Amino acid sequence: MLITKRVEFSASHVCRNPALSDRENQELFGMAANPHGHGHNYVVDVTLAGEPDPVTGMVMDLKRVKEVVNREVLERYDHRFLNHEVEPFNRVVPTPENIAVDIWRRLKPHLTSLHSIRVYETDDLFVDYFGEPA
Amino acid sequence: MIQVTRKYRFAASHRLTSPQLSESENMALYGKCHNPFGHGHNYELEVSVRGPVDERSGRAVDPVRLDRIVSEQVVEPFDQHDLNTEVEVFAHSVPTTENLGREVFARLTGAWRTAFPGEWPRLEKIRITETPRNFFEVSRTDGQA
Repeated sequence: MLITKRVEFSASHVCRNPALSDRENQELFGMAANPHGHGHNYVVDVTLAGEPDPVTGMVMDLKRVKEVVNREVLERYDHRFLNHEVEPFNRVVPTPENIAVDIWRRLKPHLTSLHSIRVYETDDLFVDYFGEPA
Repeated sequence: MIQVTRKYRFAASHRLTSPQLSESENMALYGKCHNPFGHGHNYELEVSVRGPVDERSGRAVDPVRLDRIVSEQVVEPFDQHDLNTEVEVFAHSVPTTENLGREVFARLTGAWRTAFPGEWPRLEKIRITETPRNFFEVSRTDGQA
């Protein structure tokens, strides 16, 4: 069974690879490369896999999931400029792809039953990350 | 590996009628969807693509290229059109959203190599929402069916 906790954060970012020239960044990312940055209201679905516990009837206590996600992700991401204030986005471009991978990396040690991370950058664009096969 | 999904919209009209059935059978099967003058929907199309994240761009798919192929293959030919009379495949098949989903998947698959010549990204699945209560998915594994 899959259960999902949805959370939100608001952050600014710029899609810009510091290893590339201004012109290359402009070609690759278009408006999203504007060096002053821009922001999104991100929505994150944290999905866990498991069977309901026979005593509690829960796959996992969603209060605990919320605490972990708050501590490991939201307190670090929310109302920040990702490129300047959140590791590793000083080195990797904060596309929704890389944000999903980073959220997985932050949560997996605390949520061993983590199944997938979905990141909505806008209503019309989202990514799913299922980890890498062991 | 990452799956990226992008959402598109088109508005089109259709009429559900099967030439293999009689008028009364069509009416019994499709009900008001068989109304002779047709009717329309605001379709929403989700296109899901899978691939590794490119280190240079941080992306699994170039959204501009994805927008272009979906626009050329689906949105432009379908948006503000009548599916039965203006989309060739529906001269021979009923434009249910099941058949529409197969057609969308086939069109994207047919043009995929031109837009994305490399091994990645791959078209993983599409999902069409006909109304907020009806949606239909076609995946790579059943796209050939």
